[in-house]
Amino acid sequence: MPPPSAAVDAAGRDSTAADAPSRPRRTRGATLALGLVVCVALLALITLLSIAIGSKQIPLSTVIDALRHYDESNTDHVIVHSLRVPRTVIGLLVGAALGLSGALMQGVTRNPLADPGILGVNGGAALFVVGGIYFFGLSSLTAYVWLAFVGAAAASVAVYFLGSLGREGATPVKLALAGAAMTAMLGSLTTALLIGDVNTFDQYRFWSVGSLAGRGADIAEQVAPFVLVGIALALVSGRVLNALSLGDEVAKSLGQRVGLARLFVAVVVVLLCGAATAAAGPIGFIGLTIPHVARLVTGPDYRWILPYSMLLAPILLLGSDVIGRVIALPGELQVGIVTAVIGAPFFIALVRRRKLADL
Amino acid sequence: MTTTAEAVQLITRARAARHARNVVVLVVLGVLVFATFCVSLSLGDFKIPVVDVVKTLFGGGDKATEFIVNRLRLPRALTGLMVGAALGMSGAIFQSIARNPLASPDIIGVTYGASAFAVFAIVTLGLTGAAVSGLAIVGAILTAFIMYVLAWRHGVSSYRLILIGIGIGAIATSLTSYLLTKARVEIAQQALIWLTGSLNGRDWSNVRAMAITLVVTVPLVVILVQRLRILQLGDETAYGLGLKVESSRLGLIVVGVLLAAVATAAAGPIGFVAFVAPPIARRITRSPGPAMIASALIGALVIALSDLIAQHAFGETQLPVGVVTGVVGAPYLMFLLARANRVGSGG
Repeated sequence: MPPPSAAVDAAGRDSTAADAPSRPRRTRGATLALGLVVCVALLALITLLSIAIGSKQIPLSTVIDALRHYDESNTDHVIVHSLRVPRTVIGLLVGAALGLSGALMQGVTRNPLADPGILGVNGGAALFVVGGIYFFGLSSLTAYVWLAFVGAAAASVAVYFLGSLGREGATPVKLALAGAAMTAMLGSLTTALLIGDVNTFDQYRFWSVGSLAGRGADIAEQVAPFVLVGIALALVSGRVLNALSLGDEVAKSLGQRVGLARLFVAVVVVLLCGAATAAAGPIGFIGLTIPHVARLVTGPDYRWILPYSMLLAPILLLGSDVIGRVIALPGELQVGIVTAVIGAPFFIALVRRRKLADL
Repeated sequence: MTTTAEAVQLITRARAARHARNVVVLVVLGVLVFATFCVSLSLGDFKIPVVDVVKTLFGGGDKATEFIVNRLRLPRALTGLMVGAALGMSGAIFQSIARNPLASPDIIGVTYGASAFAVFAIVTLGLTGAAVSGLAIVGAILTAFIMYVLAWRHGVSSYRLILIGIGIGAIATSLTSYLLTKARVEIAQQALIWLTGSLNGRDWSNVRAMAITLVVTVPLVVILVQRLRILQLGDETAYGLGLKVESSRLGLIVVGVLLAAVATAAAGPIGFVAFVAPPIARRITRSPGPAMIASALIGALVIALSDLIAQHAFGETQLPVGVVTGVVGAPYLMFLLARANRVGSGG
C-alpha cells in the first residue's frame, strides 16, 4: 500500500494528540476501500464488454438498450438475452466463487500451494463426470453440472473425514495431504476410464479445460443459489481466518473454536468451488493465484483479502473469456487456457516486484 | 556430574535405538522391493517360478529362462525401480527445499514443462519414442531454469520459488490441454497415455540412461543431504549456522530437477510417486528431516507394485503404470495420516 501522503501527515499533526495514532489505520482503510470501488467499476466495465463482444459485435448502446427495454424482434437483443447475459452471469458467479474459495482454502491450510480443489473437489467432479459419460453415455452440460457437484461434495466429505482421523483432528497439513492423496486416487480411476474409451476421452477433454461456452440460463439457475449462499458465508469469515492464520495455538487462546471454524470454512469452499467446477469445469489457476494477488495489495488481513479476491477473480475470468472469444475467430479459445496464459505472466511479474507477505 | 553423564548416556541410547530402528526399516523395505521385483520377473505369458528367477539373476538359470528374464522382463523392471528411486529422492529434495509437504516436482512445474514439450512432440510433430523423451528432458530443464531465474531477486526465497512455479506450471498445463483439444482424438489419447506414465516396451537403453543418471546424482545427493537438513530450518537459521544458502539450494535444485527430468523422460510424468514417497518415508523412519534412502526405496516399491498390478491384475488389458500409482500409494498415506497422533508430525 502506498505511504500516506504529505497532506494527510500534515492533517494528522493538526488534529488532537488522542486522534493521531488512529490516523494511519483509517487512511489505509480508506485507500483499500477506494481500491474496492475501482475494482467494482472495472468489473462493471468488463461485464458490459462481455455482453457486447463476441463473434457478432453489438454496440454498447444496443446492449444497454437490450437490458433496459427488451425487444424480441431484434436479433441483437435476443443474442444479448439468451446467450451473452447467461454466459456473463455464469462468468461472474464462477469467478467470484473461485476467488473466494481460493482465499478461504489458503487461509485455512496456511499453504500457498493449496488451491480450492485440494479437498478433492476437482478430482471428485472429474471422476463423476467421466463415470457419467462412460457408464451412462451422458453428454449434456446440464447433466454434468449435477454429476460434478455430487462428485465434488462426496470427495470432499471423504477427504475431511480422512483428514480428521487421529488424535489431533483435522490439522491443515493432514487435510492438505489427505486431499492430495484422494485427488491422486480419483485421478487414477478417471484416467483408467479415459484410456479405456476414446469417446469418453473425446468428451472429457473439452470439459476438463474449463470453459464458459455453451452454458445457458438453466446452468446459471442451477448453480446460482449455491454460489450466492457461499459468497454470503465466505464474506463473514474474515475474522475467523485472521485468527486461524496465526496458528492453531494462538487461535485457540484467542477463544476461537479451531475445529469448528475449519469445518465451516471447508463447507463454504466446497459450496463455492464445487458449484464453479460444476458450471465451467475445473479452472485451477484463478483460485490458486488471485488470493496471492489480493494479499499483495491488501496485506495479511482476510477481511480485505476476501472481498478483493471476490472482485479480482471475475475480472480476470471474464476478461480472459472476452479475449478468448475474439483471438481465435471464427472459433474461440476456452477460458481455462486464456486465464493461465494471460494471468500467469502478470502474476509472475507481480510476485517478482513486490515484497512477499508470507502466509 | 553424574546427572550429565546419565543424560549423555540416555541420549546416546535413544540415538542408538533410533538408528537401529532405521536400519531395520531400510532392510525391510529393501527386502520388499527385491521380492516385488522377483515376482514381477516371474509373471507373464510364460510363468517362471520365483526360485528360478533368483537363480537366473545370479547367473545360474537355463538358456530359455535367461532369455525371458534378462532380455524381456529385466529392462522394464529395472527401469521401473530406478525411475521410482529417482522420483522418491527428487520429491524429498523439493519438499525439503520448499519446506512444503505439497511441493514436489509434479506440483512445482518441472514435470508440467516436460509434459508440455512431450505432448507438443507427440501431437504437433508426430514424434514417438526416444525423440519424445529427449524433448521432455529439454522441457523439464528449461522450465526449471526459467523458474529459477525468475525467482531470483537478491537470492531465491522458497516462497517466491513456489509462487513462480505455480505460474509457470499453469502456463505449461494450459498449453498441454490446448494441444490435447486441438489434436485428433486418437493422437490425443496416445499423448494421454504418455502423460499418465507407462513402462511398456522399455529396453536396455532406458536402463542405461537411468543408471548413468543415478551414478552421477546419488553421490551428489549424499554430499548435499546434510545441507538440506540445515536448509530445512529456514533461510535465516541456515545463514546463522554458516551455510552457503544460495549455492546449496541451487545445487539441490539442479540434482532434484535432473532426477525428475530423466525419470520423466524414461517413463512419462508418473504422478504422485515423488509426492507420496517422502511423507511415507519420514513417518515410518520417524525422521525429523528428509529420509533420502527410505524415500528412494519407497518410490521404487510403489512403482514396482503398481507396475505388477497394471500388467497382471486386469487379465488381457495392460494399463499404463501411472494409472495405478495413485491407487497404490494414496491409501497407505491416508492410513499413516489417520494413525498420526503427534502435533506437527505432518510433512
